[in-house]
Amino acid sequence: MSKNSRLLLAALAVVVIAGLIVIPMNFNRYGLYILSQWAVMTIAAMGLNLTLGYAGQVSLAQGAFVGIGAYGAAILTSHGWPLIAALGLVIVICFIVGWLLGYPALRVQHHYLAFVTLAFSTLAFLVFRNESWMTNGIYGISNIPRPEIFGFPTRKPLPFYYLCLGSLALVTLAMWWLIRSPWGRAFMALRENPIRAQSLGIDTRRYTLMAFAIGSVLGGIAGVLYAPLTQYVDPVPFNLQLSLDLLMMVIVGGAGFMLGPFLGAMIAVLLPEWLRVAEGYYLMLYALAVIALLIYSPTGILGILDRYLSSRRTQAASALRAAAQSKLEAAQ
Amino acid sequence: MSNLLDLIVAGLATGAIYALVAVGFTLLWQTSQTINFAQGEFVMLPAFLMLAVMHLGAPFWLAVLVGVLLSTLLLGLAFKMLLVDPMLRHGVLPLAIATMALAIGIKEAVKQFFSAEASPFPSIVPVGDVSILGRAISLQSLGVLAVAILAVVGLTTLLNRTSLGHQMQAAAQNPTVARIIGVPVERMILLTFLINAVLVALASLLITPIYLAKFSSGEVLGQAAFIAAIVGGFNQVRGAIAGGLLIGVVDNLAAAYVSTQYRAAVPMVLLILVILFRPQGLLGRAEERTV
Repeated sequence: MSKNSRLLLAALAVVVIAGLIVIPMNFNRYGLYILSQWAVMTIAAMGLNLTLGYAGQVSLAQGAFVGIGAYGAAILTSHGWPLIAALGLVIVICFIVGWLLGYPALRVQHHYLAFVTLAFSTLAFLVFRNESWMTNGIYGISNIPRPEIFGFPTRKPLPFYYLCLGSLALVTLAMWWLIRSPWGRAFMALRENPIRAQSLGIDTRRYTLMAFAIGSVLGGIAGVLYAPLTQYVDPVPFNLQLSLDLLMMVIVGGAGFMLGPFLGAMIAVLLPEWLRVAEGYYLMLYALAVIALLIYSPTGILGILDRYLSSRRTQAASALRAAAQSKLEAAQ
Repeated sequence: MSNLLDLIVAGLATGAIYALVAVGFTLLWQTSQTINFAQGEFVMLPAFLMLAVMHLGAPFWLAVLVGVLLSTLLLGLAFKMLLVDPMLRHGVLPLAIATMALAIGIKEAVKQFFSAEASPFPSIVPVGDVSILGRAISLQSLGVLAVAILAVVGLTTLLNRTSLGHQMQAAAQNPTVARIIGVPVERMILLTFLINAVLVALASLLITPIYLAKFSSGEVLGQAAFIAAIVGGFNQVRGAIAGGLLIGVVDNLAAAYVSTQYRAAVPMVLLILVILFRPQGLLGRAEERTV
């Protein structure tokens, strides 16, 4: 990337971030709720993007980890724990469960792996629904308190939105660092060619488990924010559909692209809201839009951009080559 | 004991329907690497097509005929031409995601254009009980079982005994060689999509009288069919049949003997165990690992 375009990109990022901070200030309660939900779902989708997009392991269990996080936060904060302590415990639990869920990935791949994780999703849903002593069953847990961050109460929608946005920023930075670290390269090596990765001395076993564990932790973090956002947790939002939706977000946005989950979550959370003018037809239109996009670009929205950029690079390169060629011929 | 027999017969009947759906599912996988996440919705839709034709005043038999024809066109031809063909060369995952979106689309369309309520659906097999060895057995279960077995026997005969079936199998197993020896591979793949459409229409016809026609009924059915296909063997028609019957019986027994709350967990646990210890399925062949 040239220096100019990098500057342009940085300027664009600043504008978008400033927009995300300033514009929602005069949003109503519902608008802020939807935007907060977008931030939360983006965190969960980033986790899945690590597992699927970077490490190449299909998972249909991300929704279950959002559920574990949400129930963890709901149960612990209703018992008087601070949210940050609940977050710590949820991170530990999701890391361990995610690590264990990675074990089938050592044996089976692709669609088989998808179905193992799908089964895990369904089992987690059954536990949320049936273990009433812990989760209050189908009645759910209500009146979940919103936390105080450094003494600032986040009971109002706007401060809570900023909490979600801030968390999203932190997670994004951590992810950005992770992808550029040797670990990130190991994950990508795992996706591109596991056997070659192994012969280069990468412990594929450990990195496969790690990809699941870290991805699951991000799902758990999203859940910890989800509980105080809705202030009510019941089993229904954490059924298999959430895992399918998260997978759709990752693919539609562009799997393996840093910004893919942001766009994917935007399509999945915001597009249905914008389509509400179409009333009962909005989910149908949404489904059609997703199908049309995938037919046009199976690598998602960022895939279109990627193709455009690389074709421009090829053009630029061939122009240079042509110029060099004619110079060479003139010299001869 | 009589209870146990009833449970097994009823389980076999629903299992036979799962088997039909699972066979279609494995056929699509074998010939074109399509994982159809909308398979359950494919079963839900034909019943509504038939109900729509009946609303226009057509008699039941005509509605069934038109419904099967329409679903062959929509779920067979249109599905392949409009969705699978353009996406197939981009790999398994985008296509699978697209079928997930298709599932949402079909569900919402039915909810919007027909009804969000469950509607009753006439049975093609007689309802009532029949006495066998002094024991009352549901006639509907037996009828469903008989129709499903006929369909499966017909299909396996087609696949194993006719030249057309051999061509289809060749196209599925090794498209390149099949093409060299003159098998019209493209036409064979299209044929499997049409067969899948007929199978789901038949399953729809059999299961809707039992569980009513509802826009959301495809979710459970689709999942049962996936599990059946994997437990039995993803790359074998007979595996899918065995898996379907097994899941039907296990599901019914689990509801009676384990707990109604965790009945849905039993097939899942079975699925996880099979994938971990015998990933090729109970009757399947191991798939070669590609590097």
